[in-house]
Amino acid sequence: MRAQTMAYFDQLIPSGMLLAKEAKEQGRNIVGYYCVFSPIELIEAAGAIPVGLCATKQEPIAEAEKVLPRNLCPLVKSSYGFAVSGKCPFFHFSDLVLAETTCDGKKKMYELLAEHKPMIVLDIPNSSNFEDNQEHWIKQVYRAKAYFEKNLGTEITEEKLADVIKIYNEERKLLMELVSLNKQHPTPISGTDLLKVMWGRSFQFKRDEFTAKVKELIAELKDMAARGESASQVSSKRILVTGCPTGVGQEKVMRIIEESGGAIVLQESCSGIKAFVDLVSEEMDPFEALADKYSKTPCSCVSPNKRRLELLSRLVEEYRIDGVVDITLQACHTYNIESYSVKEHLKKKHNLPLLQVETDYSDADSQQIKLRVDAFLEML
Amino acid sequence: MKWSIGIDIGSVSTKGVLYNGQVWHSEVISTGWSPSQAGKEVLERLLLTHGLTRDQIQIVVGTGYGRIQEGMFDKTFSEITCHARGSSYLLPEACGFIDIGGQDSKVVALAKTGKVRDFVLNDKCAAGTGRFLQVTAQTMGLEVSQLSDLAREANSVAINSMCAVFAESEVIGLLAQGISKSCIIAGLLQSIAKRIGVMAGKLNFQGCIIFCGGVAQNQVLKGLLSKEIGCKLFVPPKPQSIGALGAAILGYDLIKEEE
Ligand code: SF4
Ligand code: SF4
Repeated sequence: MRAQTMAYFDQLIPSGMLLAKEAKEQGRNIVGYYCVFSPIELIEAAGAIPVGLCATKQEPIAEAEKVLPRNLCPLVKSSYGFAVSGKCPFFHFSDLVLAETTCDGKKKMYELLAEHKPMIVLDIPNSSNFEDNQEHWIKQVYRAKAYFEKNLGTEITEEKLADVIKIYNEERKLLMELVSLNKQHPTPISGTDLLKVMWGRSFQFKRDEFTAKVKELIAELKDMAARGESASQVSSKRILVTGCPTGVGQEKVMRIIEESGGAIVLQESCSGIKAFVDLVSEEMDPFEALADKYSKTPCSCVSPNKRRLELLSRLVEEYRIDGVVDITLQACHTYNIESYSVKEHLKKKHNLPLLQVETDYSDADSQQIKLRVDAFLEML
Repeated sequence: MKWSIGIDIGSVSTKGVLYNGQVWHSEVISTGWSPSQAGKEVLERLLLTHGLTRDQIQIVVGTGYGRIQEGMFDKTFSEITCHARGSSYLLPEACGFIDIGGQDSKVVALAKTGKVRDFVLNDKCAAGTGRFLQVTAQTMGLEVSQLSDLAREANSVAINSMCAVFAESEVIGLLAQGISKSCIIAGLLQSIAKRIGVMAGKLNFQGCIIFCGGVAQNQVLKGLLSKEIGCKLFVPPKPQSIGALGAAILGYDLIKEEE
């Protein structure tokens, strides 16, 4: 059974396009961003609208490959292709872009993208144990603040930022409340539906409307659970998905897992809970609080990335996970290499198996993925 | 008496096994252009040869790439699970199996219980598959079945290309240098053994491994693989039919469970 409120979330991306157009017509500024490292509260506090640009479709990749090498992560190629081909309305309507020095593919792609849009690239330290990590991050947050103030002609005050932080934190708590409904068995909401909500968040600019709908969804799911309705079966194995971002449009692997009878309980990746699981401190100075939260993003681009293992440990226990599927994109070295550490960690600490599925945005490998997924589910 | 049938529809051949908890019988036909037709045919042959009717079969289990034929099977399992069940039935102490087929290769580790513990598949490129051998054998004007005998006593020459397309031109180059076919074949088999050895290395095998699939008939390759992995390899009778056997046994397990 599927909650009726999901119809709203099905429409988030197309209606977001209209919202973006309207916002431009009303003279509002839009700032695009690509990554969960982006301190987007700054954009909102500057009175502009943050919108996600991370791309998930195969279609613009051919265009991108006119410039970029083939042997590159499809997320990078798709994002670049969408931007330069003019086919992504969100990129088109963006006045500025906020980017970061994460993986090599993205870094170098941003150099090329900078020809098409004014952009600021925050410098993110590669080492998680770099002594000056915190100071460095604080400087970057102030750099972004100055950039937005200058280019958007506004001032980002401490009060405004503190307000936005509060609103965003409330939203994070709410989304985690939604996800935690899936601690139940069988799960009330499917993994692909959860993805729609979480991924869709960055395309809905009316924060009140979005949170109201999430509340409605939570209430409906609770009712459904009380009536004994669920999104999976009692016999379904409980799967956690981790790895590279796999947004709406790129649900291939998740769909195969669900069609084969697995219950995706939650996604740890950037298309899942990674941005929402930790709050920004409301006690600290708001600029430093942003630096503190975002510097701790458990992404494979930083080294070592112990936080991801810690987070996974917590999640597999709390959500009573039977098996983990690590979706990695071709040519994403950091996640592909880290897959080994994650697998060893889960085996040693939790006696849990991990299936790594390396894939891209095309559908060519669906059959092969299905074999792996079936075999994995059967062995659990 | 209760009977179950397992049918493994592969891209090249379709295998069927009839099982009653004690003995098993198998049939193999080529898949041809219609997987569902091949599935039906193998089923009918099994029934005919053993004087049974469809009603006497409690369950028909499908596996292989053709398992997704709507309405044909009572239950399906992936070929990995089926090969695992078949392997541990034939050799309970097996710690895994290696299946080198025409299009892909599978290296699977089994837990003590006989269940799948972990697996590594190569189905993206021809390296380390029967296809690799076929392409290179053709280049030399040979059949795959001749390779083992020719390579038996030969010193292998190093083949560096893993990719079937490049290996083909490498082979042509070696022939032009006057290197004997035997040495080249030995080199090709060595290269497959290396490739499979790397896959096996990820799974920490300790104990005896079942070697199945079309290429398992190749004695020289078996020896090379065993050296590469450091484990004893065991080629079962009818190595092609292990998946169908596993499917039939899994089906039989289900009948027993229901009772
Ligand atoms: S995986 Fe890392 S680089 Fe990619 S969006 Fe997430 S935080 Fe950013
Ligand atoms: S998936 Fe990997 S390679 Fe691709 S953008 Fe993210 S970190 Fe970079």
